Amino acid sequence: MAVKDIPDNVFMTTLDAAANWSRANSLWPMPFATACCGIELMATASSRFDLSRFGAEVMRFSPRQCDLMIVAGRVVMKMLPVLQRIWLQMPEPKWCISMGACACTGGVFDTYAVVQGVDRFIPVDMYVPGCPPRPEQLIAGIIALQDKVIKTGTFNGREFAKRTVAMGPPPFDADELIRIREGNEQLPVLN
Amino acid sequence: MSHQELLQTRFPAAGLVFSDFRDNHRVHVPKERLVEVLTCLKTDGGFDMLVDITAVDYLEYEDTDDRFGVVYVLLNTSTGERTIVKTFVNDPDPTLPSMYPLWKSADWTEREVYDMFGIKFEGHPDLRRILMPDEFTAFPLRKDYPLKGRGERHNFPVITRSES
Repeated sequence: MAVKDIPDNVFMTTLDAAANWSRANSLWPMPFATACCGIELMATASSRFDLSRFGAEVMRFSPRQCDLMIVAGRVVMKMLPVLQRIWLQMPEPKWCISMGACACTGGVFDTYAVVQGVDRFIPVDMYVPGCPPRPEQLIAGIIALQDKVIKTGTFNGREFAKRTVAMGPPPFDADELIRIREGNEQLPVLN
Repeated sequence: MSHQELLQTRFPAAGLVFSDFRDNHRVHVPKERLVEVLTCLKTDGGFDMLVDITAVDYLEYEDTDDRFGVVYVLLNTSTGERTIVKTFVNDPDPTLPSMYPLWKSADWTEREVYDMFGIKFEGHPDLRRILMPDEFTAFPLRKDYPLKGRGERHNFPVITRSES
């Protein structure tokens, strides 16, 4: 088979897949551990649960050397600017795991100082539920993130802005609701 | 001589109210006599350690006339004796004299009471917020402040994927 018979894009796609596969199996976590979830994160990284089986054992405490941020624990309003600055300091491509009930939703700490979910202020790729989650759950989250990296590819923010296609229902329009009410139409069932 | 006898002989007409529960000895002091009573407890009563300063908001509390109660927990490190001194301050502009000249531990504890309740301490060398961020304007442990805040916790810029 002559080389000229292969379409141009085949070679590129294969290279992307290879890059995605290597990146997915060599994640460098940045532990942002603020509470008891951090203890489970340490247990996950150490010998018994052995995160190195999944190629993600090299925890670096400098955001410049990481591509996966694991937010483990509650984040208060005094800590949030720190979290955002660390996220911005990480080089692209990068991912974020929100680990535990507090990082995902604020958990039981529905008080004046605790942020109700870090996904309000930084992009989050994977949510790990639990209070705190067992190491197996975190490993399941990392495996799911590896699948996501392989499927969606490694891209930076600028490429993401170009690639993004609006998904789901259209954004809520308050004027439309008023029009429907005034026109006495039947409202669709909303979740 | 226990500290209660000492205070009774020193301040017979100061309006001190003593109460006991098991080994918990308390004395209520009018705001005007607070400095004298605490100075006497330190110099003559031997209470050389100020363990903690905290406050209580009695807003809408039954059978109370005063808004805030401020609590001083003292310890005599040579005898192990403890006492709790309580005084009351009111709106507007609740103010107390600072205990920093007597005990250096009053520095951060008074800052904490100021941060949470908005009670000012006159004579404090550096009275500013210690727990909440500097741009926070409310006093969160007051009873008229909502438990979930007034939206300060979500008043931050949002970083999206395409910006990061």
